[in-house]
Parts: sequence; structure tokens; C-alpha cells
Amino acid sequence: MSALDNTNTFEPVIIGFTCNWCSYRAADLAGTSRIKYPPNVRLIRVMCSGRIDPTFVLKALSDGADGVMIAGCHPGECHYLEQNYKALRRHRLLQKTLAQFGIEPARVRLTWASAAEGALFAQEIATMVDEVKQLGPLNWPARPVPVGSVPAEIPVLSEVGA
Amino acid sequence: MSKPKFAMYWAAACGGCEIAVLNIDEKVLDLDANFEVAFWPAAMDVKYKDVEAMEDASILVTLFNGSIRTDENEHMARLLRRKSRILVAFGSCANEGCIPGLANLSSRESLFERVYQANATSPSTENPNNLRPQASSQVPEGTLTLPPLQAVIRTLDQVVEVDYHVPGCPPESRQIAAVLDALIAVVKGEAELPPKGAVLGAGNSTVCDECARKRDVKQIGKISRIQELPPLATDVCLLEQGLMCAGPATRSGCDSRCPNVGAPCIGCYGAAPGVLDQGARLMTAIASVVDANEPDAIDRVLDGIPDPAGSFYRFSLAHSLLRANRAALAEKP
Repeated sequence: MSALDNTNTFEPVIIGFTCNWCSYRAADLAGTSRIKYPPNVRLIRVMCSGRIDPTFVLKALSDGADGVMIAGCHPGECHYLEQNYKALRRHRLLQKTLAQFGIEPARVRLTWASAAEGALFAQEIATMVDEVKQLGPLNWPARPVPVGSVPAEIPVLSEVGA
Repeated sequence: MSKPKFAMYWAAACGGCEIAVLNIDEKVLDLDANFEVAFWPAAMDVKYKDVEAMEDASILVTLFNGSIRTDENEHMARLLRRKSRILVAFGSCANEGCIPGLANLSSRESLFERVYQANATSPSTENPNNLRPQASSQVPEGTLTLPPLQAVIRTLDQVVEVDYHVPGCPPESRQIAAVLDALIAVVKGEAELPPKGAVLGAGNSTVCDECARKRDVKQIGKISRIQELPPLATDVCLLEQGLMCAGPATRSGCDSRCPNVGAPCIGCYGAAPGVLDQGARLMTAIASVVDANEPDAIDRVLDGIPDPAGSFYRFSLAHSLLRANRAALAEKP
């Protein structure tokens, strides 16, 4: 299969972290307004975008996600005053770090959506799915599994016993 | 009755762990009094084939330091796992990959290029014929072999099952002495072994928790390197004074030795208890205290960390969630 075919058939898995007060309600509004967005995103509701530790993002990427969306209230409108600024800072720091791991910036997207912005939120998801489709699968290799203590085969080393 | 056997081995390591063990001073006599040292390349001459000839599980305890970088390292990890009843990942390399693990940010090919290529970026390289080490080479006397380099560095518990973990780069000598005392008590039948997988010789909190410096502002407008700053206050948090300090994400157990003398914690005791990924937790902590809310202003502060992956994962890259750069992971093992 050529790379071109791959972009046509590849359906990325995107984990979306949404905050309880704005972005999750935006997703809800998109649903009740019957606005369609690609089904590639799996939303996880947290209380606030400030709760999203970069660990969550790294765990998603290393466990098979092709991208992660972090969605919070608009700057200045955080339900917890200023925690979304922490999300913004963490996102920028994470992007700088991910570049060194060879992970493209489009795979981790930060977006703001108020509870009234269902259409905007749906559009953001569609844009992200498009961008990640262009990048192709991430396929981060699984963590190595240690061999057990007894049946472990010992690789032959040429100089041993020589 | 013969004494139980003790072994210590180094894989991809610097030798500092061995020095730290010898730093327990006269306590090393207790080690000798209670154990027969069966294998310890830094201290005595025993060949690999002698270890192979030992019965399986005949060594009571092996302290394994160093990470798994070459086929030889992996061979010894598996061999010592088979020969030992208790295998201890000893020191940061065996537990988290440590400084050698930072090589995981580069592909194997780029490592060779950097080190061996003529006109390479490394100023100390002088290799006009572009010679590179080969796994096997012919010389008049016969065939010479070198263990091949693997694509990425792995930690001991990514290769074989590990019974206990002793963190630190190197582990503090007083902590090593305490671990040995506990082990001797087990041998004498005075104590039980701790549950499998336990972290020994370390605390159950963060370096910040042990650090006596005061924290109250929790906002930093600029991140600097230590040589760029005027003399530092001796009683105020180093992070607040603008230094990248790994204390918030790092396991306690060292008595916060570095911050005590005015040097920031660099994270050698690895991830704090309950922390899945030391670097990610450190990103969380540092980003929280950056005193800026606009993207450009945030970037100006964060530009004070020129090598984020190297700073956040200085000791724990090989054991982090991502483990290595994508290109390095994609290489053949």
C-alpha cells in the first residue's frame, strides 16, 4: 500500500481532554445541535484543563493514540480563575519537549471553546483529524516486556567461553 | 554452613555505583563477614564463564548497576537473572537509564556519526580514515569481536524481572549501608524480605519535602543557569530564584544534598512515588510557576530551558513513557 493510499484509509485515534465547564459542554452542544464531527476523537472529561498533566498526553501517545486534543475555557474565562493559563504553559513546554522526541506539533492541539461554541469545537476536531491524517499513524512502539526469571533464554555472546 | 553468595555487576555505567558501595567504609567488612563474594568485576577477577558454570539461583543477591546498551549487557542481565535469587536494580542507570539513556534522543547512526565521523561536530574527534568499530574484525592473530550496540538503551526491568530497586546516581552510601544491614538481617533470619518490587534505600516523598529552603512566591519570570545569577540566597527555594530544580518530581532519600549546598536538584533519585513519568511531572511543576500568561511571554521564560527533554529527563529518559526519540525506536534492535 502506498503512502497516499494510507492517508485515505487511515483513521486516527485522538484522545480529547475536555473541561467540565466549557469545552465538554461545547461538545454536548454540538451533539444536541446535531452538528457532525469525525468520530475519531474519544473525549475524556476532566474538571479543568489545568488538571491535564503532560503525563496524560504522553500516556495516550505511547499507548496507541495518534493525537491528543486539550480543550479548555477561553483565557480569562476559566471556572477556576486562571488554571487554563497553566494548561497553556504546559502545552507550550510539552511541544518544545515533544519536538526532541520527533513528535509533530499538530499531534497535540490546544484549543479553547466556550459552552456556546459547539460549532467551533466540532470544526476544531475536524481540522485536527485532517491534520493528523496527513501525518499518518504514530504507532509508538510498545514498552519492552521483561523476560521471566527462569525460562529466559540467554543470548550467545561470541567471546564468552572462547 | 557456607555463606550465601553476593555479586555485583556493571553494565552501561560509569563505575560510580561501585565507588559508592566502597564508600560505606568499614561496613564493607560486614558484607564480607556475611557473604561470599562470588562475582564482582570491579573488585575481583572472575570470568564470565565461571558465572555460567554456577548453578542456577546459586547467588543469593546480585546488585546490578548500569543500563542495557550492548548485546553483552543484555547477555549479562539475563545470565545474572538466572543465577540470582534476588536481582536488585542498583543505581539510576539500571532503574531509569540515567545519563547514558539520554543517547535515546539520537538514532544509533547519528551517535556513530557524531563520535567517529571525520569533520564531525564533536571537536575531539580525529579520525581521518573514518574508522568505525566493527562487531567482528579479522587481524593476523584471528577474529576480534566487540558486542554490538543496540538501537536504544533499556533499563534492567525492561529486559529481565527485577526484585528490588535502589535508586540514585549513585545511591547515597548511608542508604547502601542501610540496605546491606537489612539484607544481613534477612540472612540471619532476623527479618523478612520486603515485598517484591519495593524501592529500597530511598524516601517516600519528594526532594522538596526534605529541602529546608522556604517556598512562598511560586512565580518565576526568568529561568537562568546557575553561573548567570548573582550569589543565591541560602534559605529560599532555588526554583523561586530562577533555577530549574528537579526537586518537585524527584524521589527523596538523598537528604536534599544538592539544594542544601546551593545547587539545584537534577533528579538523580528518579520519579517520586506515584509519579509515572518524572519529566512530565517536572513539566507540570515548572509550567505552573512561570509568571506569564501570553504565549510569547511564556515562550520567553521557557527559552531559559534550551534542552527541555535533556533537563526534564536527565536521569529517567529510558524509563519514561516515550523512552526514546521516534527515529531511534524505529531502528532495528
